[in-house]
Amino acid sequence: MSTDVPVAVQPVPRGGLGRMVGRRVVDWLPALVVFVGLVALWQGLIVWLHVQQFLLPKPTSIATTFWTDKSELWHAGWYTFQEALGGFALGSGFAILVALVLARWRPLATALLPYAVAANAIPIIAFAPITNQWFGGGLTKSSKIAIAAVLCFFPVLVNTLRGLTSVRPQDLELMRSYAAGNVEIFRRVRIPTALPFIFAGLKVATVLAMIGAVVGEYFGGALNAIGVLILSRSRVFQFNEAWAGVLVVCLFGLALYIAVALIERLALRWVPSTSE
Amino acid sequence: MSVVEISRVSKQFGQTTALQGIDLEIGEREFVSLIGPSGCGKSTLLRIIGDLIEPSSGTVVVNGKSARQARNDRDYGIVFQDPVLYDWRTVAKNVALPLEMARWSRQKRNERVRRMLELVELQGFENHRPWQLSGGMQQRVSIARALSFDPALLLMDEPFGALDEMTRERLNIELLKIWEASGSTIVFVTHSITEAVFLSTRVVVMSPRPGQISELIPVDLPQPRTAATREAPSFFELVTHVREALHLGHDLDRAAPVTQEAKA
Ligand SMILES: Nc1ncnc2c1ncn2[C@@H]1O[C@H](COP(=O)(O)OP(=O)(O)O)[C@@H](O)[C@H]1O
Ligand SMILES: [Mg+2]
Repeated sequence: MSTDVPVAVQPVPRGGLGRMVGRRVVDWLPALVVFVGLVALWQGLIVWLHVQQFLLPKPTSIATTFWTDKSELWHAGWYTFQEALGGFALGSGFAILVALVLARWRPLATALLPYAVAANAIPIIAFAPITNQWFGGGLTKSSKIAIAAVLCFFPVLVNTLRGLTSVRPQDLELMRSYAAGNVEIFRRVRIPTALPFIFAGLKVATVLAMIGAVVGEYFGGALNAIGVLILSRSRVFQFNEAWAGVLVVCLFGLALYIAVALIERLALRWVPSTSE
Repeated sequence: MSVVEISRVSKQFGQTTALQGIDLEIGEREFVSLIGPSGCGKSTLLRIIGDLIEPSSGTVVVNGKSARQARNDRDYGIVFQDPVLYDWRTVAKNVALPLEMARWSRQKRNERVRRMLELVELQGFENHRPWQLSGGMQQRVSIARALSFDPALLLMDEPFGALDEMTRERLNIELLKIWEASGSTIVFVTHSITEAVFLSTRVVVMSPRPGQISELIPVDLPQPRTAATREAPSFFELVTHVREALHLGHDLDRAAPVTQEAKA
């Protein structure tokens, strides 16, 4: 009877928010301790070694600025976040569509994929000044959305395509035995198999979207954008403000990443690894 | 009318001749077991019957039509050597898959799934994921799925190979009951001589390199088969007969003698 002992018979775990991110609050304690330790070390070194303010401000002064300027910072961050989000949605959505087409007509993928991989290696950020000019002289949101979208496109495309084509042969054989058509095979097998890959691509894309939007703004953007704010404050040596801006960028980027990770947990509750 | 007519079927995988000159006719309501050492082409023959691969030469006629047509008409229920369950579906949904594809109503589906899971004794596991089950339980889900839509022809590739002896014997009896009640025809691959004799109306003994049929052994044990069948003298005679046929196939090949239950 030993072969019949279930490996794990508890139902798929459901739980609070903490569970869904895959860890309980207690599991975050070590990371939290490291964070506090590093910030304290940073603060301590600056005080003891008398590091100049323009080289690296104290965490406490950054925090103070962050608090006093919070309204301006959050508004600027939100403005840029909208650009990043737009680019993320546009680039990822288009990438998934293209991947579906390429997976359906495989010769097309064979012909185009080498270029997609090569294009993936191009530092697209280098085109930011040019795309800024393409889209209304650089002050518009759309130019940043375009850069973010292009940045997001390739990782999502490559991952989705790999997911759609990495179906186990026996999974297809079962479908074949039911005389399933192509659409049905896509719906019932290829897309579920691809979902973990798609989410891996999307998580990479969240980070790239924020980078694309902010760097795009470094080459010219609206005055109330966080990239412009960071640039202008560091030009006039207001490093506390500049660092506080960087902090805001980090927080928005992290928020987008966590949002996608949460959706992943919800959508992929069936994946063995998501519930220990 | 015969359900399966295989004539002069050969299958080549590159240099390997997996099957050569297979002729086999399977009648309605027959229970035919394919037995033979690993690599003699049992799975390949089953796949050719089910039109999952095409023969290099020869023809297969199923229910008076081509194997392709039979597959498109969903005449087959197939139990693969591996369970082949979809992780993104619960156990119940895996069993319901062929029913969904045949457009059964939700209510009929649920009713049937419940009955099938009862049959393979997996009540209470409806909402589990396949990876939460042991290998034997997974295989039972796959059996429930194949039986769920009353296919005219059941193709089973070592379905009970991963099960413990007790579950195996119980499911043997269950399978015979289903076979009797449903009127389906079954082609069954196994490594176990006793299982082949106990279940079948005919045992097809195969030998390797190249995969060939070396003997057809009719099993005339009375129906229905019960636990007592296993203790009848005629049962032992048939088991011996099959064992000798297996050894003969092997000796001709001048390979090492096989043990009773040739293992993969
Ligand atoms: N897809 C394949 N490609 C190449 N060789 C194969 C393939 N499937 C089976 N074979 C070969 O054909 C022979 C018969 O295999 P199989 O039908 O799986 O044997 P059995 O099920 O009796 O163990 C083996 O030599 C195997 O290596
Ligand atoms: Mg096999």
